[in-house]
Amino acid sequence: MNLWRDIKGTLQPFWITLGYLFKKPVTIQYPEEKRTPPPRYRARIVLTRNPDGSERCVACQLCSAACPVNCISMQAAEDADGRRYAAWFRINFSRCIFCGLCTEACPTMAIQTTPDYEICNRDVLKLVHEKDDLLVDGCGKDTEYNFYEHSGIGVVNGRGGNEDEYGPVDPKSLMP
Amino acid sequence: MNDLLISLVLILVKLGLILGVVLTMAAYLVLAERKILGRMQLRYGPNRIGPGGMLQPLCDVIKLLTKEDFVPGRADKWIFLFAPGLTALAALLSFAVVPFSPPLALFGREIPMVVCDLNIGLLYIFGLSSLAVYGVVLGGWASNSKYSLLGAMRGLAQLVSYELALGLALVPVVMSAKSFSLNAIVMAQADWPNLLRHPLAFIIFMISITAESKRTPFDMPEAENEIVAGYHTEYSGMRFGLFFVGEYINLVVIGAMTTVFFLGGWHGPFLPPVVWFILKVLFVAFLFIWARGSMPRPRYDQLMHFGWKVLIPLALLNVVVSGAISLAMNS
Repeated sequence: MNLWRDIKGTLQPFWITLGYLFKKPVTIQYPEEKRTPPPRYRARIVLTRNPDGSERCVACQLCSAACPVNCISMQAAEDADGRRYAAWFRINFSRCIFCGLCTEACPTMAIQTTPDYEICNRDVLKLVHEKDDLLVDGCGKDTEYNFYEHSGIGVVNGRGGNEDEYGPVDPKSLMP
Repeated sequence: MNDLLISLVLILVKLGLILGVVLTMAAYLVLAERKILGRMQLRYGPNRIGPGGMLQPLCDVIKLLTKEDFVPGRADKWIFLFAPGLTALAALLSFAVVPFSPPLALFGREIPMVVCDLNIGLLYIFGLSSLAVYGVVLGGWASNSKYSLLGAMRGLAQLVSYELALGLALVPVVMSAKSFSLNAIVMAQADWPNLLRHPLAFIIFMISITAESKRTPFDMPEAENEIVAGYHTEYSGMRFGLFFVGEYINLVVIGAMTTVFFLGGWHGPFLPPVVWFILKVLFVAFLFIWARGSMPRPRYDQLMHFGWKVLIPLALLNVVVSGAISLAMNS
């Protein structure tokens, strides 16, 4: 039995708590003061646009498939020129767990997370965001990417006409 | 006849005053405890209702009063309903013998500033603090729940191991005052408080009174992380509130007891005696809150070992030594 150690161990915490009593609390008083989340914070999900202002989403269903809680649903449609888009797009935020897997799945960088974390609502139906609520004017995190300028068949440019593509190969010229 | 009437009215006025002050103090001690504990843990504590959270106790009372008063199935109904009152009552009754100011001369009468100056006041307080454990034991027994029963059992075992040390720690105080009356004990501390005369007795008293009042380092009867809430697990609404308020009234009583027995009661320079008394009570209450923020809970057998093997022998030794010293000084 180490009596001296025990007495010290009993009295030291009192000194420490007394010190803490006069420190400023670390609490953030929420409604009055708000913390600024980091730019890559995963909160409210938006649909972004291409640099030229057109919709990025091509309704490929990958986000919907990646979503672990199945909160994303959409209807695919096609323009006359073959450009795909979502006829309607719906995210149920009362179910969303803000995991960000949809943004990782998206090939066109259309669906993105934003740091806006104040989306709670007393009416649960207001948490179901339709395409009008989701679509924003802007490119989000990547200001240059346009999916159809790198990929996609003959929508923006002709077949093989994109910058980083070769033109189509004539199979007959490859004959041995 | 007229004289009797006046004394009766005076006693009633004093009773009302003490009840009001003690209950208000208990309510605001809850708030103070929550705020001080919060600051010790780098939080703010309740600060939303009223300026700085000052109306929080009121809201707590409204919440407790409007909650369902639930009696669990197969509980011993009448004992279950009666037990919380017992705890609060025993704590309140202790205040009858606490002198909070020197006698006041008013309208040509000498009015003692104590409801009832019993010549066995100290024993009366001991008796009541032992009775308070009945609330715990009966409540725990009547709830028909394992956790409540365990809590009640712990409360009883704790009382048995600590009451003896508590009594023995006060023997030197009684020896130097030569009286059991609380008034006489305060009078005997006019030159210097008992804290300086009997420091060891003070330490033993503080440790045992913490165990007696079931406050944090020794709150095994209601250890939240082991037995849910101990003896008041099954209580809800105002009955839980009575246990809760009883605990804080007890805190005020402990503050008053410590003040009277060791800190020199109302004696103090410059300020009026009542102010000194209240300041000292609040200081002791702060000590207990501070201990709650600082100390972990020991195991239940460790507490009993400490009580029986360390505190009681120490207290006995203290009685013998202070008796010998006062004998040598008198002769």
